[in-house]
Amino acid sequence: MKQPPAYTLYHPKWYRKRVSTWWWTEQWRSFKFILRELSSLAVIYFVALLLWLLWSLGRGPDKYLEFQAWMKDPLVIAFNLIALLFVLYHSITWFNLAPKAMPIRVDGKRLPEWMVAAPNYAAWVVISAVIAWLILGGK
Amino acid sequence: MAKTITLEVARYRPEREAEPTFESFDVPLNKDCVVLDALNYIKDKLDGSLSYRWSCRMGVCGSCGMMVNGDPKLTCATFLTAYDPGPIRVEPLRYFPIVRDLVVEITDFLDKLKAVKPWLVRDEEKPIGEGEYLQTPEQLDSYKQFSMCINCLCCYAACPVVGLDQHFIGPAAIALAQRYNKDSRDEGAEERLNVLSQHEGIWGCTFNGECTRVCPKNVDPAGAIQQYKIKAVTEWYKSLIMPWGKK
Repeated sequence: MKQPPAYTLYHPKWYRKRVSTWWWTEQWRSFKFILRELSSLAVIYFVALLLWLLWSLGRGPDKYLEFQAWMKDPLVIAFNLIALLFVLYHSITWFNLAPKAMPIRVDGKRLPEWMVAAPNYAAWVVISAVIAWLILGGK
Repeated sequence: MAKTITLEVARYRPEREAEPTFESFDVPLNKDCVVLDALNYIKDKLDGSLSYRWSCRMGVCGSCGMMVNGDPKLTCATFLTAYDPGPIRVEPLRYFPIVRDLVVEITDFLDKLKAVKPWLVRDEEKPIGEGEYLQTPEQLDSYKQFSMCINCLCCYAACPVVGLDQHFIGPAAIALAQRYNKDSRDEGAEERLNVLSQHEGIWGCTFNGECTRVCPKNVDPAGAIQQYKIKAVTEWYKSLIMPWGKK
């Protein structure tokens, strides 16, 4: 007598493809996304830089001059410019995404996206201006 | 002869091939033909062994999601003329195991969906005699967008996190959780938060935004996830400040 075939619930030969480590190089969109994720490193860098500045100030004029000399190095200036571009990219994409996370409703209707993004940008410009005024000789 | 366009269709016949290959078919290019029509043409006239899922052919059932030239699409709503002169590459939805040709295995998604309890959860059902749960148009409006999801899984095929972390619960499941959380008749938000506030839930999401870009029903899963993150954080702060409060 013939044996009945073994019962398998699911077909065992599914094909699974591993995601390449370089998946983010395949499309410009994904590449921009990874740049945005990387830009947080530039934010960390500037925070560290600020802490180092404060630490140097606290240790007296010699340390502070040392810090200033380091900051004047052309290589450091170039690096800081690149880091600044990353931070700007980070901020702009962040503000553009803010309306998606904050569906503010007025009178039962959702506010258009620009009305949520615009105050963020305005606050950014005003706060930056105030800080620039404080640092660049405001009294 | 009428104008034609070439479809490069992914084939995977597990009894014959170790990995998917592509097969080219020439199909008539009519301006009212969608990719799904072309697949039906292939199955009817050229090769009856081609396997794929479809049902309603009008953007309601969510069965016919596939990769069209590398982008997740509802094939019933993707016109051939948009890709003229071709060729059009049709592949199964990315990141899912392939069962055969264009058919993917979605049990994993169904388990994840069930985990977020996508139904109305009530502490206590009111007796049928008291009538239905009423809702104002405004209350309906607050979740209606998320209720448009048809589980076509285009968002899963678009999300790199789904591809890299198989435990991530995924865009559609979170959007549907939010659909019930925002429903004024529902009382299950807390139970869902326990599932969603884990790493595999909302915190796995890196806000890549691809899910929202590809969604054929404009559900905006990325928005749902970010809103849920804000909610999870506020709930956490509340429990920190008022540990005696209702958990």
